[in-house]
Order: sequence, then structure tokens, then C-alpha cells
Amino acid sequence: MPQYVVAIDQGTTSTRCMIFDHGGAVVSVGQKEHEQIFPRAGWVEHDALEIWRNTREVVGQAIARSEAGASDIVAIGITNQRETAVVWDRKTGQPVYNAIVWQDTRTTKIIEELGALGGGADRYKDKVGLPLATYFAGPKVRWILDNVDGARERAERGELLMGTIDSWLIWNMTGGADGGQHLTDVSNASRTMLMDYRTLAWDESIAEEMGIPLAMLPEIRSNSEEYGQGRKAGFLAGVPISGSLGDQQAATFGQVCFERGMAKNTYGTGNFMLLNTGEEAVPSQNGLLTTLCYQLGDGKPVYALEGSIAVTGSLVQWVRDNLGMIKSAPEIEDLARSVDDNGGAYFVPAFSGLFAPHWRGDARGAVVGLTRYVNKGHLARAVLEATAYQTREVLDAMNADSGVDLTELRVDGGMVGNELLMQFQADLLDVPVIRPKIAETTALGAAYAAGLAVGFWSDLDELTAKWAEDKRWEPQMPAEERERNYRNWQKAVTKSLDWVDEDVR
Amino acid sequence: MPGTVQSIERAAAILRVVARARDPLGVTDIAQAVGLAKTTTHGLLRTLLQVGFVQQDRATGRYTVGTGLLRLGDPLDLNEVRARSSNWADALAARSGHTVRLATLAGADEVVVVHHVFRPDDSAQVLEVGTALPARTTGLGKVLLAHAPEARRPTGSWATELAEVRARGWGVDRGEHEPERGCIAAPVRGPGGPVVAALGINGPVTVLFDGRGAPRPVLLGMVTDAAAAVSRELGHGGG
Amino acid sequence: MADRYVLAVDQGTTSTRSLVFDRGGRMVAVRQREHRQYFPRPGWVEHDPMEIWANTRRTAAQVLADVGGAGEVVALGIANQRETTVVWERATGRPVLRALVWQDTRTAELVAELVARPEAPLVRERSGMATAGYFSGPRLRWILEHVPRAQERAERGELLFGTMETWLIWNLTGGPDGGVHVTDVTNASRTLLMDVRTCRWDPDLLAFFGIPAAMLPEIRPSVGVLGVATALPQALPITGALGDQQAALFGQACFAPGEAKCTYGTGSFLLQNTGTELVHTRSGSISTVAYQLAGEPVHYALEGSVAVTGALVQWLRDGLGLIGSAPEVETLARTVDDNGGCYVVPAFSGLLAPHWRGEARGLVAGLTSYVTKGHLARAVLEATGWQTRDVVQAMAADSGLSLPALRVDGGMTTNNLLMQFIADVLDTPVVRPMVGETVSLGAAYAAGLAVGIWSDVEALRRNWHRAAQWTPSRGRAEALDAEYPRWERAVQLSIAWGAPPEPGVR
Repeated sequence: MPQYVVAIDQGTTSTRCMIFDHGGAVVSVGQKEHEQIFPRAGWVEHDALEIWRNTREVVGQAIARSEAGASDIVAIGITNQRETAVVWDRKTGQPVYNAIVWQDTRTTKIIEELGALGGGADRYKDKVGLPLATYFAGPKVRWILDNVDGARERAERGELLMGTIDSWLIWNMTGGADGGQHLTDVSNASRTMLMDYRTLAWDESIAEEMGIPLAMLPEIRSNSEEYGQGRKAGFLAGVPISGSLGDQQAATFGQVCFERGMAKNTYGTGNFMLLNTGEEAVPSQNGLLTTLCYQLGDGKPVYALEGSIAVTGSLVQWVRDNLGMIKSAPEIEDLARSVDDNGGAYFVPAFSGLFAPHWRGDARGAVVGLTRYVNKGHLARAVLEATAYQTREVLDAMNADSGVDLTELRVDGGMVGNELLMQFQADLLDVPVIRPKIAETTALGAAYAAGLAVGFWSDLDELTAKWAEDKRWEPQMPAEERERNYRNWQKAVTKSLDWVDEDVR
Repeated sequence: MPGTVQSIERAAAILRVVARARDPLGVTDIAQAVGLAKTTTHGLLRTLLQVGFVQQDRATGRYTVGTGLLRLGDPLDLNEVRARSSNWADALAARSGHTVRLATLAGADEVVVVHHVFRPDDSAQVLEVGTALPARTTGLGKVLLAHAPEARRPTGSWATELAEVRARGWGVDRGEHEPERGCIAAPVRGPGGPVVAALGINGPVTVLFDGRGAPRPVLLGMVTDAAAAVSRELGHGGG
Repeated sequence: MADRYVLAVDQGTTSTRSLVFDRGGRMVAVRQREHRQYFPRPGWVEHDPMEIWANTRRTAAQVLADVGGAGEVVALGIANQRETTVVWERATGRPVLRALVWQDTRTAELVAELVARPEAPLVRERSGMATAGYFSGPRLRWILEHVPRAQERAERGELLFGTMETWLIWNLTGGPDGGVHVTDVTNASRTLLMDVRTCRWDPDLLAFFGIPAAMLPEIRPSVGVLGVATALPQALPITGALGDQQAALFGQACFAPGEAKCTYGTGSFLLQNTGTELVHTRSGSISTVAYQLAGEPVHYALEGSVAVTGALVQWLRDGLGLIGSAPEVETLARTVDDNGGCYVVPAFSGLLAPHWRGEARGLVAGLTSYVTKGHLARAVLEATGWQTRDVVQAMAADSGLSLPALRVDGGMTTNNLLMQFIADVLDTPVVRPMVGETVSLGAAYAAGLAVGIWSDVEALRRNWHRAAQWTPSRGRAEALDAEYPRWERAVQLSIAWGAPPEPGVR
């Protein structure tokens, strides 16, 4: 009988379940979107119970659509939207508040207060590898404890648990209030601002300063080991849950970036580039995050530098939904191809500030270099190029931090189907850009981690051998043109900065 | 069975070619694609251009589908109605010496002023654009109600008066809305014939009407001419 | 006796129109033909002078036929797009290349070079204007440099130079066969070659720009006999010519110092009559000739030109396809309550008054994921209002004259949202006259005045009537005062975009 691994990919807009065979091929998929809750400007929430319901439903769908029965499934891997925080009641399994999503900016004030204690944005950077930003999970938990009646007292009494989405799902899948395992993995824990990235343990002083009782924190585990087994009443009763990675780390794993110096870039709503820095954690001098890449069982942790870009694919959605210039996202490429270049226009999509490598909350979106000659085709190009230029900024920062120049970039995500963008990306980076045969790198990474732990796959070399190149874009742009274009972009970025002040909030 | 009209058939073929093309097409490409002589194609394209079903790039001379076709069935944009009526409304005010208003139906009982030209006597006046007026007691309203879809038209004794307004092509009020003041109004038609607005002058009853209450022919002529001119401007073919 | 009418030709940027007016200043007939816009490269804009001449002849003939026996057309006046430059062969009437349109920016480099010369201050001193690519002198210089043998042929008198009115008058009066080569003083004042005090070509300026005197037309008053148009079905004396913005000032009956008008078209042009004294400008407005009646002193005006206003709406329509027609911008703008925090600086080919920064480029600032095309439409309309405010402030600083009301005309005046915004942002009433065709009316007035259809300018003033007025909304002016720094910041960013890289940027 053939055997399979199940991967659950709990993302920002939907939850998916994919079943992989031993060759790494997808045999079936279940998927369901969940509601995006926007209670106020800048606030984004998810209903954690809906996510748990959807998880069960998509697992059911995937199993029903495959030949596999629960007994054919050897392991379950989980990957998730990172930094999204849930706080729930240990006894009832009821969340005390909606999950606060990574994009949510309500913690601005908490961030400012913590920074004001000294050290500013870099207050915890030496320990956690991250600058103070609304993006990370710890301050979101603090907000819940501050704002939900009685939450802090109950947390101190040990009645409440906190977790990122991986913790929430594993706790529920392993039985919930009835013996559920409360744990998280190193990659997710490294996004809370609460974990010391050297010791891989919670930092008590930071937790105390942030006002988060240690009792509510999950146990930190590696990315690949048996955490528990599927609860008795579930579709996957008794199946070991043995892999867990934050989505970007999972994609890095799925892209088999196991060697120091290998990097992948995922093109989604935003962009996330991760560079494997091996067993050495590299502190960033150039606006990148120092984060866990993966840890397998009791092996040594492997670190990564990460460059996060807030707005890339979502700029295309903005052009579609807010300007109505295109009807569907892929149309942007046709529109861009109606012209030969950007006509001199540059689009800096700093819609709510800039992430890596700038970390400037005061920036706002700007389109510069407009002339009468510029039409919507040029604008479409500027929109696509914005993704490539931002990626170049991150790559330059990676090269500077790691001291080693990247020689190729592996890519995945929704926008890698866009030939025009990928060619321009290769041109702008001056390194080949490579798309793998299996595009579902995130789910695959979770499956790999789970399968390794149970011996379904023997080692990393076996996984590396499965990776195959689908398409490669070679740089073609003359150096002079490349650098001139990039200088224009850098200038354009300066025009987006400093827009927000006392007059504009 | 009636035969088909050749030029409509040909125009439809041209529209299909233009609509399917990925890039703007030149007249030669289009002629080739539909198998017609270049001059014939050019003639048809000129008409299609005029009604807004195709548009032509000024720089290249090439054709694409026009917004008129994309918006077929959309209501006429009122700001566009104002822009297109402006010259004629000004001329009507200048010639008649009276206030000019262009209005459209808003709900069952009201009309809203879309365009307003002051009475040319340089006295203090306030711009009334956006103001609502009662439909049943103004000449503008009567014209609009008379041409409203049947379901929206008032019934009863009103029906007779509105039928009259519809038949003769103009409507009036004599002090019904404001004492001593009256209005002479005529319908403005959009492409294809539906009434999209009413254009009228407003002034003292004694000046606008004769002793027996009939609108003075010179003024009436000015109003109906101006309304017809605006209709033409909006693309209404008929007189 | 039949009514006496005047024919006006309005040769504009996008079309040529022929209109007939009666003594009351009312339009009797109109015909129009658009001409092709050539954009051979980014920043280049050209027109075909032969096409424009053919359109002039054709629309004039049509409109004369439209009038028929209803009245007697007794004079012809011309108003024209200014600064657009034509050079043609005296012997054949053939242009040596297409006309370089006022929006064309190809002379940027040339202008930078000229400005760097030690004698450069002479230009402002004599012509009253800054050395900018906007005026026709540098364009003429460019043509002489780029058309083979043009310089020597011009020196030998084989080539003629003219702005559009010169080109049309020369053709109307016979072309190669005895055509009159003249320009009116308002158009001549836009070349940078004329001494703005004496109203003569200035030899030092000609030397500075390297322009042979042999190719220049004779400078004449705006109102007075210029020639006889023999190329029309009916021979007509040409008795008026004005640059289009001066024509609009004339048509708006702004004959007293302080009276001002703004024409909202592709670009916008604010002119304020300053009387017979030349005002020295420091704040970015320019002093220009307003008009001159034959035998009378020249009247001057302050002018603030904004390159892109209506053109921004057209760009929204043609460039981005966000609206189907220009008036729809108001409909789109009214889908939201404000600009959503975004600002559009339409410095498509630099900024004119009061900044005069050719290097500036268009910019949209303050974008967030909340901003929709409705906000963008509002920002597009507001850009016209903010730019008007920039100009009005500069003029007030230069002239010391207050602005009791702004008389407006042009296509954008049917946009209520915009007109109200302008009244609010200036905190000044905005008034639209009954005859919106102020440019052609001004040309007709000039021509009719010369032949006695109207006795004097007071008779013209009596023809002017208010068609609409927008009054500042209570409290809005303060709110917009507070918002003005955002606009100014966006303008600075658009200027900085075109500037050489800052030291901090690698």
C-alpha cells in the first residue's frame, strides 16, 4: 500500500490541506477561505474557532478526494501564517478574543512605549533578532491581556494559554481541553519577540517587561519531531503530528535551501526572502530580521536572515480593486506588455510604511516620474517593477549582512507565473532566478519536516534530490541600465518617506 | 421575413474584429479582416466613431472599442449632460434674458437642478445646482413626469395633462410653484430617444405668457430649439 | 440693413474653430476641426502647420456659409495657441518641420546652456520673462540648430518664423504670393526676443539667441488692420490678433487694473490686468503684454501659467482609462468625501508658474490601501485648485493688487465640484460669464473694435454678463489653509524627483 503525508497550510486568507506521496507529488487538496474581520482602520482579525473548523473540514475534503485512508497516512505537518496571535481558555478551548493578525497595526502605542524604555526599535534586537514593530506576536498578546476584561488575572492564574496559529491547531488536534499538547516550534517562537534566538528558550525578562505571564507560553520544540497524535474523534486519529514550521520557513524547507548561502523568495501579498546562514545566527546591520530557519529533532538550529516586504502582490490587487484598471490580477502582465518600459514612472507602494530594509512607518505610497507620455501600461509595469526593486533592496541587504553574494535566487508564490516580472527580477538582481517544478513549496516543506521525523524520508539529501528546476530566467540587462534604473528607484523611495507627521496620521 | 440591413451587418462585423483584437487596429487591418473595401470600412468606422462605439487614437489613427459601447445601457452621466448643455444653456439665457435651468427626475415627486445659468442682468443670484424642486408644480417637472416610464407617471386627472405635455413637446407652470413666476420647459433626449432631462427658462408669468396664459411663441421657440440642440449634442439623432 | 457680424478664428492646441459673433457678443455660428497631436518622443509635442491651415480655411468657409445672408461678416480676428513655433520657406510656404508646440520640452538642455551664459540676465531685463523652454525663442533656436542649413537659409531671408497667428495671417493674405508677414504684440512678447518696453525686436536678444532678423515678422498692435484675407470665399479685413490667453482677458472685459480671469483648459492661465505700467515680478508670475489698440499705449498684465490642469483629467481618461469622458471625473470624485490623503502634482513636463522648474515630474503622494480611484479623481481636480492658489499668491505678492473676484472660463468651468473648490481654496468668489467662448469672443472684440462695430471698450464691458457664481463656503478656507502645506510638500517632492541625485543616494 502506498503511504502519504498530510500537510495543513493555515494561511492568511484560507486554510488548505494537501496530501503528498513519497515522490513529493500532490495527490489531493482541500481548501476553504475564512472571514477577514476589519473592526477599525488598521485592525485585522480572524475567528480562531472558524480556523479550527475549517482545518477539520479541509482535512476531510482532502482525504475524501484521495485514495488514502487514515491508516495510509504516516505523518501530519503543519505550516501557518506567522505572528498571528491567539489567547484561549485552557479548560474550555474558547478564545478570549479574535486572533490578531500579523498585518494588524493596533499595537503601535505598545511598541512606542516599549521603545521609550530605552534602545528604541532595537531594544530587544540583540536577544530576539527583531526590531520592535507591530508585525510581531508578543505585543499582540499584551494588547489582548490589556483590553479583555479579566484576561490578565486569568492568565496569571494559569487559566489562559497563548499561541501562534501552529500552537492553536496542535493543541486542538491533539485533544484540546482534553489533553491537548501546548507547544510551538522554534520558527514560530522566533517571531514572538519573546524567544532568545541563541538559547531557544523564552526570555523571562522580556516576557515580564511585555507583561506576559510565563505560565501561558507554550513549550518550544524543534520543527521535526513527534509532538503528539491525532485526537481519537478526528479524521486522523492516532497519526503522528511531527512537523511544524512558520509558512516562510516551510517554503525555505520545501525549496530545500539546506546549505548555508541558499535563499528563496516567496511572492505573495507581500514578499519574504529567507537566506540560510547555517548554524551561525547573523545579526543584521542592514534592516533584516535574524530568525530561526529550522531545527530538526535534537540537531543544531539553523538560522536565516529574512527580508519582509509588506506590499507586492497586494499592489496588483489594489490596482484591480481600488482603481479598477484591470479585472483580474494576471491581466496586469498583458497591460504591462502593451509598452516597452515604465515610461519613467516608479511606484513605491508604502501603503502603511515600508518594511525591510527601511522599517519606516512614516512612509506612504508615491508614484513619481509621471509625464503625459505615461499611460496605464507604463503604470502596470511600474507596479510589477516595484516588487522586483523591493526584492533588490532586500537582496543587497542580505549580501551586505552575510558578506557573501547570492549566486541564484529560488522563487515561489503566486506572482512567479508572471514572466515579465521574473525576467525583470533576474535583470535587476543580476543573478539567475529559478522556479522549481513543485510550486507548493510551503505545504511541501511542512510535509518534508513531518515525513523526516517518522522516517518516511531518510535524510535531507533525499529531499534535495527531489527538487527539480522548472524554469530559469537569466539576467539580460546591461549593467549600466540596471544601475541607472535602480538609482531611480532609490530616489523614488526617498520621495515616499517622511509623509506622515502630526498633520497626517 | 424581413431582410437584414447590410450596413448594420457590416458595422457589427467591424465591432467584433475591433473588440477581439489585442492591440488597436488600423483601418487597413480592419478592412482586411472583414473583407470590405478600405473606403467602405472607413465610412462605417466614422459613423461608429461618431456614436462612440469605437474610439481612435489621435497619435496613431488606430481604433479600439469605444466607451459608448462599453457603457451601452448605462445611464447618462449628469455631469456630462451639464458639460454638453453648457453652451446652449448660456445662449438660451443670453437670448431670452431669463434664468435657465436643466433638471432631471429624482424620485417620484422631485426634480434636481443639474445646471443653472443666471438671468443676464448681473443682479445677485445664487447657484441652484443640486437643489430639488417639486415635480408636479414646475414646468421642468411636468416635462420629466410626462416622459417618465409609465410605472412612474402619476395617474388620475394628472394623466390627461401629462399626455398633453407629451404630445405637444413642452410643459409650463404659471405661478404654481412660486407666486407670479413661471417656467417654460422642453425635453432633452439622449442617444436613442429617451428623455434624460428637461431644459427651461424661468421668469415673471406676465413676461413668459400672453393674456390667455399661452407661452409667448418667440420664447417657446427658443426653449424647444435649445432643448433640441442639447439633444443633438448628447447624440440623439432625430430632430 | 443686415446685422454686422465678426468672424473669429480660435486656433487652439487641440482644434481650430471658426465662430461668428453678433454685436451683442452672442455666438451665431461655430465650426470646429481637431488636428493630430504628434508625440514622436517623450516630452516632444508637434502639430502639422499645413493641417492647421487647411482646418482654418475649411472651418472659416463653412461658418461663413452657415451665416449665409443672415448678416454681413465684416472683419476677422484671430486668437491662437501661444509660443507654438513654425518655420517655413518663404518661396513655397512649406514648413521646414512640424510646429513645436508650447508643451514641448525638447529645449530643456538648450535652455540650461543659455541660462548658464554670463549675458543671460539680459533676457529677463529686456523681455520681462525668464529664459524658459516654454517660450518660442528657444524653440526657434532649436530648429535653426537641428534642421540642416536652416541658420544660413534664415540669414539669407529664405525662411520665415512665426507663431500660429503669423502663420495663418501669412497664408490667409496670399502665402508665397504676397502674404503679409506680421505678428501681434502679445504674441511677440512671448518669444523672449522683444523688448517689452519698446515693443520692438531687441538686437541684443536676437544676438543672444542667434536669431537672424530677416526671418522675423513685423510687430503690430493687437487691434488694427493687419491685412486682407483673400484666401477665404469672401475677402475680409484681418483687424484683430491676440494670443489666446490675452484674447480671453479681452473677451472677459478685464480692462481695468486688478481685473483678472483664469481660463481652465488643457492648462490654466491666469491673467490680471495691471494697466499701462509694467510690473516688476519677483515671485514667479510674469509680466506680459495684455493688448494694444492701434495708436494707444500698450496695456500690460501679470500672468501665471499652469501647464497641466484639464490635461490631467484627459490623462485620467486616456492614459489610465479610469473615466470614459472628462466630465465623469466629477461623478467619480463625488463617490467619496475627500481626497483620502492623496495629492497629485501634475508636473508632467515640469512646473510653470510660480515655480518654473522644468525638471519637476508628475507625482502622486500619500497613497494608502484605503485610497480608491474616487479619491484619485478628487486629488486630480484639487490639483487644479491648489495650482491656482499658488499662482494667485505669487501675483498678489508681485502686483500688490487685490483680487476681488476671479472670472473663469474654459472647459473645466462646467465642473461644479472644481469651481466650488477654487472659490474655497482662494477664499474668493469665482464668476463665470455668460459667453464661455471668451478666447474667440476676445478675438472678435479686437477685430470688431478696429472696424467700429463697437465704439470703445466700455461698450464691450456692457456685453459681459454673469452666468454663475461660486461663493466660498463658510469655514472651508481655514481647513484648506491647514491642508496647504501637504500640497506644498508634494510639490517639493515632484521638483526633487527631477533634480540630480542627492549625495545620500548612491
